[in-house]
Amino acid sequence: MEKNVILTMRGISMSFPGVKALDGVDFTLRRGEIHALMGENGAGKSTLIKCLTGINDFEAGEIHVEGIDGPVVNHSTLDAQKKGISTVYQEVNLCPNLSVAENLFIGREPMTPFHTIDKKKINREAARIMKELDINIDVTENLENFSLAIQQMIAIARAVDMECKVLILDEPTSSLDDNEVEKLFVLMNKLKAQGVGIVFVTHFLEQVYAVCDRITVLRNGQLVGEYPVEELPRVKLVAAMMGKDFDDLASIKGEESQDLSQAPLYIEAKGLSHKGTIKPFDFTIRKGEVVGLTGLLGSGRTELARVLYGADKANTGTMKVNGKEVKINAPIEAMHLGMGLLPDDRKAEGIIADLSVRENIILALQAKRGVFRLLPMSKQIEIADKYIDILQIKTASRETLIKQLSGGNQQKAILARWLATDPEFLILDEPTRGIDVGTKTEIQKLVLKLAAEGKSIIFISSEIEEMLRTCSRMIVLRDGQKVGELTEELNQNRVMKAIAGGGSNE
Amino acid sequence: MSKWKKIVSMPLFLPIFCMLLVMATNIVYDVASGNFALNFFTIEIRNGVLYGRLIDILNQGSAIAILAVGMTLVVSSSAGTDISVGSVMSLSASMCCMLLAGYGVASAVELQIPLIVGFLAGILMGCLCGMFNGFLVAYLNIQPMVATLILYSAARAIGLLLCNNLIVYIRDPAYKVLGGYVGFLPTPILVAAICVAVMMLLLKKTALGLYIQSVGINKKASRIAGLNSRKIIFLCYVVCGLCAGLAGIVESSRIYSADSNNIGLNYELDAILAVALGGNSLGGGKFNLAGSIIGAYTIQAITTTLYALRVSSNEAPVYKAIIVIIIVAVQAQPLKDFFNKKAAQRALAKGRR
Repeated sequence: MEKNVILTMRGISMSFPGVKALDGVDFTLRRGEIHALMGENGAGKSTLIKCLTGINDFEAGEIHVEGIDGPVVNHSTLDAQKKGISTVYQEVNLCPNLSVAENLFIGREPMTPFHTIDKKKINREAARIMKELDINIDVTENLENFSLAIQQMIAIARAVDMECKVLILDEPTSSLDDNEVEKLFVLMNKLKAQGVGIVFVTHFLEQVYAVCDRITVLRNGQLVGEYPVEELPRVKLVAAMMGKDFDDLASIKGEESQDLSQAPLYIEAKGLSHKGTIKPFDFTIRKGEVVGLTGLLGSGRTELARVLYGADKANTGTMKVNGKEVKINAPIEAMHLGMGLLPDDRKAEGIIADLSVRENIILALQAKRGVFRLLPMSKQIEIADKYIDILQIKTASRETLIKQLSGGNQQKAILARWLATDPEFLILDEPTRGIDVGTKTEIQKLVLKLAAEGKSIIFISSEIEEMLRTCSRMIVLRDGQKVGELTEELNQNRVMKAIAGGGSNE
Repeated sequence: MSKWKKIVSMPLFLPIFCMLLVMATNIVYDVASGNFALNFFTIEIRNGVLYGRLIDILNQGSAIAILAVGMTLVVSSSAGTDISVGSVMSLSASMCCMLLAGYGVASAVELQIPLIVGFLAGILMGCLCGMFNGFLVAYLNIQPMVATLILYSAARAIGLLLCNNLIVYIRDPAYKVLGGYVGFLPTPILVAAICVAVMMLLLKKTALGLYIQSVGINKKASRIAGLNSRKIIFLCYVVCGLCAGLAGIVESSRIYSADSNNIGLNYELDAILAVALGGNSLGGGKFNLAGSIIGAYTIQAITTTLYALRVSSNEAPVYKAIIVIIIVAVQAQPLKDFFNKKAAQRALAKGRR
């Protein structure tokens, strides 16, 4: 084995009920390297890290840490910390109402001879640590007074001061702006120079290429490979994450779409943005058009849609609907303009679990009508039955609680909720996630049918083929920003190149 | 077996079961002590008004029933409870009596303002308290328990301030209208009935019920589906405050005075209990108003029965607590799981044989 290896994981396997979460995964970390752990959602990144830090028990495999004889099994994060493995999460797990110095020494406070906490020593030591890391702040101030980036760095400083050899950064940059990310990178490079091995988990491709030395890619719980960063250009990385062999991609062009350039504009938005989720973007959609939003998860495709719909209120920009200037403050206002949003998180934002299928279907229509114009029960039953029939929702009865339905049928019921409002513009965020192939095709057909009726549709999906089949235009997002539009020659190679971005763009 | 299961899983099974249990206790007691077995159910007319234990329960339980109406909505929409209702009752009564008697007057024979204005002012006071609570919960995202704790402790004191630390008596017999009798029927029963009927009608004829349950189950999803979640929660608290105001006036009218220290004392607990007894989850979401109302009268029945059993009012809470523990435990999920498992095992054993 190489001399400077500080952590090896070999053949790690574990399963959750019904799913093999990790299947014989290897991972190697060397001294003084920043190692990106990449993969789409559900690829097994977090599970692997949790196996390492003792949150999950793995079923097979071995972990070796430099300086410790024999295989290491951690039973808790504390256990892992003692062996030199520290983790810093996206959400800062520190106490906002304590001072920076106190946070650095929680749980290991130096004591005075009288068994009280030695405040002077804490402050002195903390100031020294911060200075070493080039973070110039007053350590006696409360943690909450600092920006998230600084808080994150303090969390890292704490981890490092506890003599960690392996530092795991789990999506540390998700809620930071560019400037703050830059600061974090400086710190990471400094630690790297000190010989700490850093595991960096992120959704942002740019950042991987900015700081990392090596990349390990996981997919569906399996190891795809470990690559030095120079040998894995962006496009190949995206291909590895998505599981498409880039060179062999067959181009699947959707059926001929009619020319829509003369159709009237439905939405015309300029410079819309929402702080922290999506940078200013322009957006237009014509009647009868199906526009795809594509990009990796966390690239801002969901966020863009949410701003249009008013689920997140736009901080900047203007928007015209049917040629009229509008300002959307809440979803209900968007609904009165004829919009609908099928959210990607079905459980958290879609279904009302304890209500019946009927109530779930008529909810949006009822909300649109207002509280005093209750839909008569006969009408409710008629609507529910109609969509249960059209979309072939498999349910024991219309009065069955929606939580008792399978995921795909729940999704159809939510789709029915929006179809019942007869929308002019429908945003479908991952409408086919977690549902079977047959239903997927049905939903795609439905999208095309709605478009043919003159409705505008935004279609968001992680499956590029699906979008190629339905969309006439695609908007590409990366790192919370709209980076391009593809209109002609839509094929998988072009889309993936655009998603990966960087030098290979267009 | 399956029939039994069907009955047990009916939404109103628990509250009705509890009510029947209390009635059975009464019958056993009466038989044991040599009274007429159906004493509990006997209703007669004495001095031109209805008289009997059952009427007593309906009469005394009115305030809890009115509170339960508002509390049910609050619990459903915000998954929290309004613990200020008892204090708000007291404040509303004080407000009403102070205005009717004039500030600093301890005993008023002549009313300073029309009676109806006094009543409305008291109810309005309740609404204001509800708005305050609702604002804290819905718009400032403060936990319901903490938000309503403010008025729980403050409202009664504000009432005392309004009354200049006096117990204000209204000697005008007209003031007893809400706490007295209409013909032979005690008015509180009528007020509670109207209050419940209005709310039932609202729930039946508008989409309010759907909105409240939807918000209570999933606030985020409801917003995406076009509901103004905050406004709905706010509204529920206002209705709850209104109910508290009304209940306060009824109780005050009953004793023709504003006794700030005692009106509505500990009523919030009974109101919350009524909702829970009604088979409603205190975790919010689906609710059954009828259940809460039956729950309210069940609690009153327990109280009245205990007094009939000559349990002193100081000891009564102990017995009440025991009964409540049993009722709540029956509803608890781990116990349900335990019994289901037992039943499944028994079924399995039967099948093997």
